[in-house]
Amino acid sequence: MSTNPKAPSLVSILVTYNIYFMLAALAIISTLLSEHFLTLQNLFNLLRQLAPLALVSIGMLLVILTGGIDLSVGSVAAIGGMGVAMAMPALPFDGATALFVCIFGAVLFGALLGAINGVLVAGFGMASFVATLAMMTMARGLAYMLSNGQPVRFPRDLPTAQILTGFGSKGVPGIGLPWPVLAVLVIIALFIFLLRRTNWGRLTVATGSNEDAVRLAGLPAWRYKFLAFTLCGALSALAGIFVTARTAVGTPVTGIGLELDAIAACVIGGALLSGGRGTVTNTMIGVLILGLIGNIMNLMSVPAYPQQIIKGVIIILAVLMQGIGARTKRRV
Amino acid sequence: MDRLDMRQISKEFGGIAALSGAGFSARAGEVHALMGENGAGKSTLMKILAGAYTHDGGEIRIGGEPVSISNPQDAIRKGISIIYQEFSLASDLTVAENILIETLGHGLFVDRRAMDARATELLTRMGFDDIDPGEIAGGLTIARQQVVEICKALSRDCSILVLDEPTAVLTTHETEKLFDLVRRLRDQGVCIVYISHRLDEIFSLCDRVTVLKDGATVGTWETAALDHKSLVNLMIGRELKDFFPERHGTPGEVALEVEALAAGTLVSDISFSVRRGEVLGIGGLVGAGRTEVLRAIFGADPLSHGEIRIDGKRHVIRSPGNAVRAGIGLVPEDRKQQGCLLHMPILNNAMLTPVNPHLGFLGLIREARERGATEALRSRLNLKAASIDAEAGTLSGGNQQKVAIMKWLVSGCEVLLLDEPTRGVDVGAKVEIYRVINELAANGAAVVMVSSEMLELIGMCDRVIVMRAGRLAGELSGAQLTEEGIIELAMGRKHVH
Repeated sequence: MSTNPKAPSLVSILVTYNIYFMLAALAIISTLLSEHFLTLQNLFNLLRQLAPLALVSIGMLLVILTGGIDLSVGSVAAIGGMGVAMAMPALPFDGATALFVCIFGAVLFGALLGAINGVLVAGFGMASFVATLAMMTMARGLAYMLSNGQPVRFPRDLPTAQILTGFGSKGVPGIGLPWPVLAVLVIIALFIFLLRRTNWGRLTVATGSNEDAVRLAGLPAWRYKFLAFTLCGALSALAGIFVTARTAVGTPVTGIGLELDAIAACVIGGALLSGGRGTVTNTMIGVLILGLIGNIMNLMSVPAYPQQIIKGVIIILAVLMQGIGARTKRRV
Repeated sequence: MDRLDMRQISKEFGGIAALSGAGFSARAGEVHALMGENGAGKSTLMKILAGAYTHDGGEIRIGGEPVSISNPQDAIRKGISIIYQEFSLASDLTVAENILIETLGHGLFVDRRAMDARATELLTRMGFDDIDPGEIAGGLTIARQQVVEICKALSRDCSILVLDEPTAVLTTHETEKLFDLVRRLRDQGVCIVYISHRLDEIFSLCDRVTVLKDGATVGTWETAALDHKSLVNLMIGRELKDFFPERHGTPGEVALEVEALAAGTLVSDISFSVRRGEVLGIGGLVGAGRTEVLRAIFGADPLSHGEIRIDGKRHVIRSPGNAVRAGIGLVPEDRKQQGCLLHMPILNNAMLTPVNPHLGFLGLIREARERGATEALRSRLNLKAASIDAEAGTLSGGNQQKVAIMKWLVSGCEVLLLDEPTRGVDVGAKVEIYRVINELAANGAAVVMVSSEMLELIGMCDRVIVMRAGRLAGELSGAQLTEEGIIELAMGRKHVH
C-alpha cells in the first residue's frame, strides 16, 4: 500500500514469476556444471525424454482444473505403448496408414479408459482419487496380462515400425528438433488455445472453481469433468506411444510413477489441487523444472535414490514459494 | 434470584452489528421464551451463551457470578446446554452411549451395564422409560432423538437448558409429550430458555417472554400480561422506512404460472402466477419451504408434481439448463457458495450461462464483444469494481450480488427468481439491489423474490404470497400487505382462532 502500485517491488516480481526464476537458476547451474549441457544435442535429448511427461501433464492439468485427480495415467500410458507395439506386426497391411490406424486405435482405447473414469466420477459421484486408483491397478493388470509380463518387441524392419521408431529417434531435417518435441509443441499450442479461447475451456476451469455455481447457472458441470478425464486418458495413451517410439519396445512397466511426476509438474506450475487454477504454460515450466533437476543430478552423478529425495525437497520448495506468493498478493 | 443473566451483549460481524444491547434474565424453575423476527439476534445471543461465538461487549452472569464463556467446553462446565434443531447425536452409537458420550473417553474399558443403568435412570426421570438404552440412536424417531439429546444434557448436570425451535419437527402428540417433559424439568428447578415462532406454544408453556428486535432487547413481560396481538406488535413495531425506490410502469402479460407444484417431502400444492413487470414476494419463516419452491421451478431439485408455464406455454424442466433455456434465472440464497465464481473475473461470471449470445462458431470466445457487453452491464447495474477483470471475491457483498445477476441479463431471461437477495449486505447496498430489481421489472422481467425481511417484501413487492410448513398460507396485496398480515399467515395465527 505504501509503495506505488505501478512499480511492483523486486520481491513481488520474484514471487510472481518464481517458477521462471527457478527454471533459469536450474539452467544456469546445469551450464556451470557441465559444458555439454548447453549443446543443442543435449537439450534436444532432454526434451525428447520429457515429451511423454509433457503430454500426461496436460491431461492431468485438465482433470486437476475440474477439481479431480487421475492416478491411472501411467497405466493407461503402458497400455497405449504396448497396444501399438502389439498391433503393428499383427495388421495385414504396412506403412503410414497402418501406423495411423494403430495410433488412432490406441488413443481411442486410452480415451475409453479415461471415459470410464469420467463416468465413475462425474456420473456416479465417486471420489476421483478412488475411481482412478481402481483404474490404475486394472489397466496395469491388463497391460501385464496382454504381454505375460514381458516386453513386447516388434520386427525392426517392419515398414510401420520403421516410421514409428524414426519418429521417436530422428528430428526435423535441417533443424534437428526431435519429431516428438514438435508434436508436443503443437499439442501444447492446441490446449493453450482451447483453454483460453473457447467457452469449453473457460467452463472447465469454472467447474473446478465452483461446481455448484456452474450447475446453478444451468450448465452441465458433469460434462466438463467427464471430458477432462476422457482427454486425459487419450493424452496418456499417446504418451505411451511416444515412449514406445523412442525405445522401440512396448513394455507393461512403462509409466510406473508417471502420475506422480505429472501431478508434481502441475503443482510446481501453480495449479490448485482443489481445482479452478492452473495454466498449460506454467505446467510445462513445471515439466522442464522436473526434467532439469534430473538432468543436473545425472550430470553430477548423484545416484538414483538420493535423486528422489532431492526431487521431493524441490517440489516442497516450489509450492512453499507459491504459498508465500499468494499471501503477498492478498496483502496488497 | 436469576439463574442466568445476560446484560447489554453486543457482537459485530465484519463491521455489521448483529447484537447491540441484547440481554435478558431467567430464573431457575422458569420457562423463558425468547422471541423475535428472523435476524433479530436470537440465534447469535444463544450461540454466545453456548460459547460458539464470543461477545464483544456486555456481561454474562450465572447464579449472580460474572462468568466468561470463551468456548463450548466453558459453557458445558457452567451447566449450559443447548438443543439445536439439528441434533448432534452420533447416529451409529446406542442411546446410552450417546447420553453418556462424555464419559466414554474416561478409562480404558466401557462398563456397558453401568452405562445402561444410568441412561435408564435419566430416561425414566423424563418419563420415557420405554426407550431402550441399547437401541441405536439413528433408528429412533426425531421426537425420541430429541429426548435423548435432552437426557444427554441432563447427564452433565445442566442447570440452563436452551431449546431452539424444538417443536418444528414434531407432530402435535409429540409436542404434548415434549411440553410435559419441559414442565417436569422446570419443576425440578432447571432454567429453560425456549425459542419458538409459534405463538400458542409461548402462551401455553412459558412463564415470561423476552422480545428481541434488530439485535437489541425490547423488553421482558409476563406472558399472562400479553395476548397474541400485543406480542406480534412488540416483535415488529416499527415504521416502514422510505428507502424503497419507486417503480414505474404497470404489470403486463402473465409470464410465469406455477400450478400445484410439489417437491421433496415438504413442499406441496403451490400455485401462483407472475406478470411481466411485476415483483412477487414469497414470505414465511425460515424452513417454510420457500427456497425449495424456487429450486424446484428452476430444476435444481426434482419436481414431484405440478406444472410450470412460461408465457402460457408448458415447459418440462428437469435441470437448471432446461430452466435457463425456458427463460428462467435463479440467484441463489448462498451468494458465495452458489451464486458467484469468487476466484474468477467479473467477465467470466457474467458469461457463465448456457445461453451466451456473444460466443462465436464452435464456442469460440469473442473477447471484444464479451468485454463490451460486460462493460455495458457494469454501468447499467452501477457495479463498483476496479475493472471487469477483478475477481468477484474482491467485491463487497452487494456488488457480488450484482455480479450473480449479470449472467441472467446476458442470457436475456424473462423470469428471475431471487432467493434472499439482500441477505448479509449493508443498507446502502440493499438500496442498490432494490434499484436493480426495479430496473429489471421495469424492463419487462417477471421477478419472484423470497425474503425473510418483511419490510423488504412490503416495500418491493406488488403482491406477497406467504408459505407455512411447505404450503401456501395466503396472498397479500395492497392495504392487506402489512407486517402483521405476513406474520399472522407465516405463524398460522389465523388458524388458531
